[in-house]
Amino acid sequence: MPATATQSRRPAALQGSPATRGVRLVGRALRAHPWVYTAAISISAVFGIATVAVSRVLGWATDEVVVPALDGDEAARDRIWLAGLIVVAVAVTLAVAVALRRVFAGLGFALLQEDHRLAVTRQYLRLPLAWHRRHPAGQLLSNAGADVEASTSVFNPLPFALGVLAMILVAAVQLFRTDVYLAIAALAALPLTLVANVVFQRHMSPAITRAQQLRAEVADVAHESFEAAVLVKSLGTEAREEERFTAKAAELAAANVRVGTVRAFFDPVIDLLPSIGTLAVLVVGTSRVLHGDIDTGDVVAAAYLLTLLAFPVRAFGWVLGEMPRALVGYGRVARVLDARADLPPGDRPWRPTASGARVELDGVTRTVATPQGDLDLVRDVHLDIAAGRTVAIVGSTGAGKTSLVGLVARLADPSAGAVRVDGLDLRDVVPADLSAHIAFVAQQAFVFEDTVRGNVALADPGDPGAASDDEVWDALRLARVDDVVSALPDGLDAPLGERGANLSGGQRQRLALARALVRRPKVLVLDDATSAVDPRIEQAILTGLRSAGGSPTVLLVAYRMSSVLLADEVVHVEGGRVVDRGTHDELLARDPGYRELATAYEQETERRRSEAADEDALEIEVAR
Amino acid sequence: MSDTDHRMAPASTLGVFATLRRGTQVSPQLLDGLVITVLLAVVAAVGRVVVPIAVQQTVDTGILAPGGPQVERVVWLAAVATLVLLVGAVCSAYVNVRLFRSSEAGLLALRTRAFRHVHDLSVLTQNTERRGSLVSRVTSDVDTISLFVQWGGIMLLVSGLQIVVATVLMAFYSWQLTLLVWLCFVPLVVVLQPLQKRVNARYTAVRERYGAMLGAVSEAVVGAETIRAYGVADRTQRKIDASIGGTRRAMVRAQNLVATVFASGVLVANLVLAVVVVVGTHLGVTGEVTAGQLLAFLFLVQLFTGPVQMATEVLNELQNAIAGWRRVLGVIETPVTVVDPGADGVPSPRGPARVELVGVDFSYPDGPPVLQDVHLAVPAGSSVAVVGATGSGKTTIARLVARFMDPSAGTVLLDGADLRDVELATLRERVVLVPQEGFLFDGTLAQNMAYGLRDEGDDEARVREAVDALGLDTWVDELAAGLDTPVGQRGESLSAGERQLVALVRAHLASPDLLLLDEATSAVDPATEVRIARALASLTQGRSTLTIAHRLSTAEAADAVVVVEDGVVVEHGHHHDLVALDGIYAAMHRAWVSQTR
Repeated sequence: MPATATQSRRPAALQGSPATRGVRLVGRALRAHPWVYTAAISISAVFGIATVAVSRVLGWATDEVVVPALDGDEAARDRIWLAGLIVVAVAVTLAVAVALRRVFAGLGFALLQEDHRLAVTRQYLRLPLAWHRRHPAGQLLSNAGADVEASTSVFNPLPFALGVLAMILVAAVQLFRTDVYLAIAALAALPLTLVANVVFQRHMSPAITRAQQLRAEVADVAHESFEAAVLVKSLGTEAREEERFTAKAAELAAANVRVGTVRAFFDPVIDLLPSIGTLAVLVVGTSRVLHGDIDTGDVVAAAYLLTLLAFPVRAFGWVLGEMPRALVGYGRVARVLDARADLPPGDRPWRPTASGARVELDGVTRTVATPQGDLDLVRDVHLDIAAGRTVAIVGSTGAGKTSLVGLVARLADPSAGAVRVDGLDLRDVVPADLSAHIAFVAQQAFVFEDTVRGNVALADPGDPGAASDDEVWDALRLARVDDVVSALPDGLDAPLGERGANLSGGQRQRLALARALVRRPKVLVLDDATSAVDPRIEQAILTGLRSAGGSPTVLLVAYRMSSVLLADEVVHVEGGRVVDRGTHDELLARDPGYRELATAYEQETERRRSEAADEDALEIEVAR
Repeated sequence: MSDTDHRMAPASTLGVFATLRRGTQVSPQLLDGLVITVLLAVVAAVGRVVVPIAVQQTVDTGILAPGGPQVERVVWLAAVATLVLLVGAVCSAYVNVRLFRSSEAGLLALRTRAFRHVHDLSVLTQNTERRGSLVSRVTSDVDTISLFVQWGGIMLLVSGLQIVVATVLMAFYSWQLTLLVWLCFVPLVVVLQPLQKRVNARYTAVRERYGAMLGAVSEAVVGAETIRAYGVADRTQRKIDASIGGTRRAMVRAQNLVATVFASGVLVANLVLAVVVVVGTHLGVTGEVTAGQLLAFLFLVQLFTGPVQMATEVLNELQNAIAGWRRVLGVIETPVTVVDPGADGVPSPRGPARVELVGVDFSYPDGPPVLQDVHLAVPAGSSVAVVGATGSGKTTIARLVARFMDPSAGTVLLDGADLRDVELATLRERVVLVPQEGFLFDGTLAQNMAYGLRDEGDDEARVREAVDALGLDTWVDELAAGLDTPVGQRGESLSAGERQLVALVRAHLASPDLLLLDEATSAVDPATEVRIARALASLTQGRSTLTIAHRLSTAEAADAVVVVEDGVVVEHGHHHDLVALDGIYAAMHRAWVSQTR
């Protein structure tokens, strides 16, 4: 589909006055599906012709068959069946044209919605996390749902309106050929349509903008509230949630009434204009007949023509009436499409041969804009980590540890400096190679609505490069979650439910670890990912990793002393800067800040020694 | 419990009229002022037939008048017609406004009711539907109805009126032909009925596909970090693409059928013309009708067939609305398996709570038994720790005491009263569950902490007080914006430990008589760990506490320990007694001691 291919070159947002934007919106859609719309519009034209044909055939039958037959014309009586058959033929043509017109119009409508949705969701998957944090999930649902719908609302009546355009032109020419005054009387209402439309657009656009925004907000409140369902239950805050939702939904209802009120006045005005035109034709026509310029038949024909035109003209009214909604909906879609992906993909392949990769951070700074001004999450960090080393990142809460390791997995790019693996700048490397060899495990494990196998392998059986069942089991074993999976009725095929609702926090975390381990990564980034895992198991996992397939480079954000001690060296981070780097003992000797942290860790370890053991320790023992 | 009992109904199974009846029961506002709206619509409908009548009158009595065209008469006719048109247009606008007002008010009630019902359903039922799909039930499904009510309702009315007016006028010219015209439409009506059912089924499929699509999009949006980190955007995209494609295909299928149905209406309407020409001429030849009557009749037939076509269109759209309506009503009709006795419940006065589980069995729908004949007691003011392996059923015990669901057999007693007889509002005041991972709303720290507060009052001051009482003031003061610190979506700007602290402050503010703690397994930084321990100590002070323990230290400190294995209570007693018993708990304890040395 061209929408995605072209969007990188041309902004999706439309420029210009409402009328220009409307024409462009229509133009793009017609170009996107030329054949569908060619068919829809030409069939609409056939429909228009057939509509006129019905009245012509009826006129002919009346004059040539019905009236003579009643007057006693035998030949005319024989033609009765013929007349009937001709009307039947036209009726069938008309019905087929109607069916096909709607089939093609509907097809175009559905295809356009699909295009927008494919493009919007591609953006969701492409845009950086920073963008996602600024846009609530419910709003994004609304962009892909209600806004896409709004943006295409104009395309249902459009082929009809365009198809009968020819019919309207022919009718206008016919009117002018009959009598100029008659034609002017009939068409005088047209400029009024334009005036009405300008007034309508002016009132409608702000009303629709507000309604679509509120639609998204209602979806957002609902989404957040349903995600929080367990909390709502445990605190018994159903009434409070209801109030919050009702307040938003009431605002939406009021906005919809406002939209409806504007529309309520526009539609009758548009309906009124052809009728007024018909009456004007009658008055002017009678006067022209009186003066002998035209005869009665001309007036009747003109009046009848206008009656015929009333319906197609109404189709134009629908298009115009839907246009503000379509433009607003499209504007909201375009904002997603035009959001800049600040992680442009690289094109250099990375084929590491060793089991671990060298990781370098060279003068790396990461700055984000906040309402309080720019904030450096990471500031001028230089680190060179040899292949196969395990490095612990230590620092107090908010020191920038997560931001730092996120850069190594290219979840974001540095604002200054460079991050390199095996000497290659991450920004230059093909994204698929990065995700194949660098595994990042976040603190909050996300579980897909999929089977255990799908969640670990993140591929379907038979996909190129998909992990085999044996490999999946190996990973599950390494992450010490194999016993949980074996206990499930369907094993690897057991469905895990949305967000892994059936698993405990610790199980989710170990599943996420298995997901990283199955890929045999060259760089493993654990952002406090083992917090729910027993220290002994954590150690077993890391040693297991080495014996299984060489030693990947490991970056480990950790809070536990036991985790820190697993590392070859420690990097102490505070305020986004590296304070010191060395072995645990070296830092303990020369870095007072680290000493303070470590003492807290020590105290914690002490406390734990007298208090704590972990769930996993219990489980394994019990399982034996 | 059967499989279907706990599941959320994909859609209500009511018929069209039953759906309309039930729908208007839930949203009585839809019928507000309907009589006046209908009267206004009648006037608006008259406005629609005035032009053809004016044309006919002008031609017959104006232009073709004996003695030449009567301009004055035509001007008068046009003036009167214009006046009627204007009155009709004003009425029509007013009808639209009234319909918008009543439909939005009615659908607001429907949305709100469905939303509330989702929260009233048991946790089990909630989990049978994806979150994104649930969202579609209170958003786009309702929008489908609103589109119809505002447009279709009035169209149906106007079309019906036009059909009546045209029939009366036609009968005035020839009752035989009128009968014939009506007879021609009988087959259409017969064929239409089963077709409408299929249209409905296809529109229902569209609504379901749409819900599934939002579910897939929701997963991609919430799981953005994981998708990015593992480079599985392509795979996720394939899933989404499939759901988008499914929605498109369902739409096309529905639209194609609707096109066919509508076209068959057009076909019949125009075939009627042929029939009238043929039969009418024969009647004319036999002297039953005159030429003038037949011509007038042919003109009137078109006034009749127009609204008939419009009516088939409206009926198609009605099926779409019914499909949406059924999905929303399906939510409302899904039975609440955890029934609230309401104000009829037994009184459960505040004070130290005593909880007992008596012979409790539980199994998840279609699942094996999770708990079997569990007996357990938490005496007032005491602390009990439940230990056992993952999957042993210990979390289920907490959920049963919080009454997220009811036991399959046996009873849970709160101060001697069956939980099922205690008003839920009272229960939620007295019993609060602190889950392992508390949900945070996109807002400030203070807003999240104050979340459980029910009564009016100075939230800020109470939050402050709670933070101080739990010894968390130093933590809050360390944060850049203190209590006003934004926590981000789902609290992602905070660490796991900090999110736990928020959950503890919430529990403190809820001030329950019984605290259910699902102990968090996550290790957190030492400072936070110490804070959590301290906060927990003052939170549990003087309250009955049932803890799902993941640490033996918690078990050791508890007044009693319950060991659960495979859904059965295998050991029960104080830590020292259980260690002395030399059973499962003692084995756990040995493993723990050896590990920490």
